[in-house]
Amino acid sequence: MERHVLITFPHPDDEAFGVAGTVIQYTRAGVPVTYACGTLGEMGRNMGNPFFATRETLPEIRKKELQEACRVMGIKDLRLLGLHDKTIEFEDEDEVADKIYRIIEDVRPSLIITFYPGFAVHPDHDAYGAAVIRAAMRLPEDQRPKIYCKAFSQNCEAYLGSPDIVNDVSDVFDQKLEAIKAHRSQTEGSLKEWIPKLTNNDPDLVEWIGKETFWIYKGPVAV
Amino acid sequence: MNIVTGCGNLEAIRKEDVQKVLDDFAGQELYIHLETTNGVYTGFRRPDQLSVGAFIRNGKIRYSRGKITGNGPYRVGLKMESGWVYAEGLTDWEVDDKGRLLLAGHHKDGKLAIALELSKEPF
Ligand SMILES: [Zn+2]
Repeated sequence: MERHVLITFPHPDDEAFGVAGTVIQYTRAGVPVTYACGTLGEMGRNMGNPFFATRETLPEIRKKELQEACRVMGIKDLRLLGLHDKTIEFEDEDEVADKIYRIIEDVRPSLIITFYPGFAVHPDHDAYGAAVIRAAMRLPEDQRPKIYCKAFSQNCEAYLGSPDIVNDVSDVFDQKLEAIKAHRSQTEGSLKEWIPKLTNNDPDLVEWIGKETFWIYKGPVAV
Repeated sequence: MNIVTGCGNLEAIRKEDVQKVLDDFAGQELYIHLETTNGVYTGFRRPDQLSVGAFIRNGKIRYSRGKITGNGPYRVGLKMESGWVYAEGLTDWEVDDKGRLLLAGHHKDGKLAIALELSKEPF
C-alpha cells in the first residue's frame, strides 16, 4: 500500500477520465492523496448552451468544479500552481520543476502520477509531465517515488508497449462517474452521449471507464 | 452537486449597443484579449486537420475608430495609429460587472471559437 500519492496534472479535468477511480480506491483505503494542478484550464472552449461561462468567468467555475471533484475523490490536499492554460511549454522548465519539487519535498509521496512526456497529446500535458519528471529526478534514486504515467497519443503503444498497469476500478465506477460529472463545464457533453450507452451496459464504454491504465516511467523515450 | 454558473449577461449581439461601447472606448489606453482556436485536439482526432489557435492577453492598444459590421455573425475592426485589430465570427456579447467589453463567437454547441475583449484595467 502507498504511503502518500501525489497526482500532478495541468488541467482541472485531466484526472477525471483516467485516474479518478484509482484515486478513489486509494483514499478509501486511507491513503492520503495530494493533487498538484497546474492551471485552471483558463482556455477551455466549452461555454455551454445555454451559456454557463464566459472566457473571464471560466477559471473560477473550473476551480469550483475541481474542488468538488476533489471532494468526490476524497482528496483533501489540493495545490494550485497558478500557471496559465496553454503556456506551460513556454515557461522556464526549471521554474515549473521547482514548484513541483517543493510539493514533492513537502508531501514525500511514495507514488507520483502524471502524464508521460511526449505521449500525452496536449502541449501542456507533455510540458507539465516533463517538469514533474525533472523534479522527481532531482531526488537520489533510492529516495525517488515510483512514477506512473498516463499516455494516450496515437503512437504511445508503439513506443511504450502495452500499459504496465491496468487497474480495475469497477468497484468505484459510480463514484468515478460523480468525479467526472463534477467537471460539468468540460464533461456535460460526453456524459449526455454516455447515459444511454451506460444504461445499455455498452461493453466498450464500461471497459473504458472501468479500467485505468498506466505506464511506469522508464526514462525518456526517443520518438 | 453544486452547479456553478457565471455567464453574467452574455447574450446575442445587439449591434448598435456594441457600437456604442466601441465608441466609448475609442482613444483610450486599453487592454485587449484576442483569441481564436479550432481546438487543441483537432489534429489528434482528425490527422488530416491542423490544430490552430492564437491568443493575446493583456496586449495594450489604443484605437481611433472601432466598428462592428455584418448581420450576424459579426465582425469587429479596430483602427490603430499604425495597424489593425480584426475579429470575425462574433455572436455574443456582454459588458461585465467590471465594465469590460466581452465579445465572443460560439459554435451552436456553446464551444468558443473566437473572443475579443477590451478592458481599461488588465484582465
Ligand atoms: Zn488536459
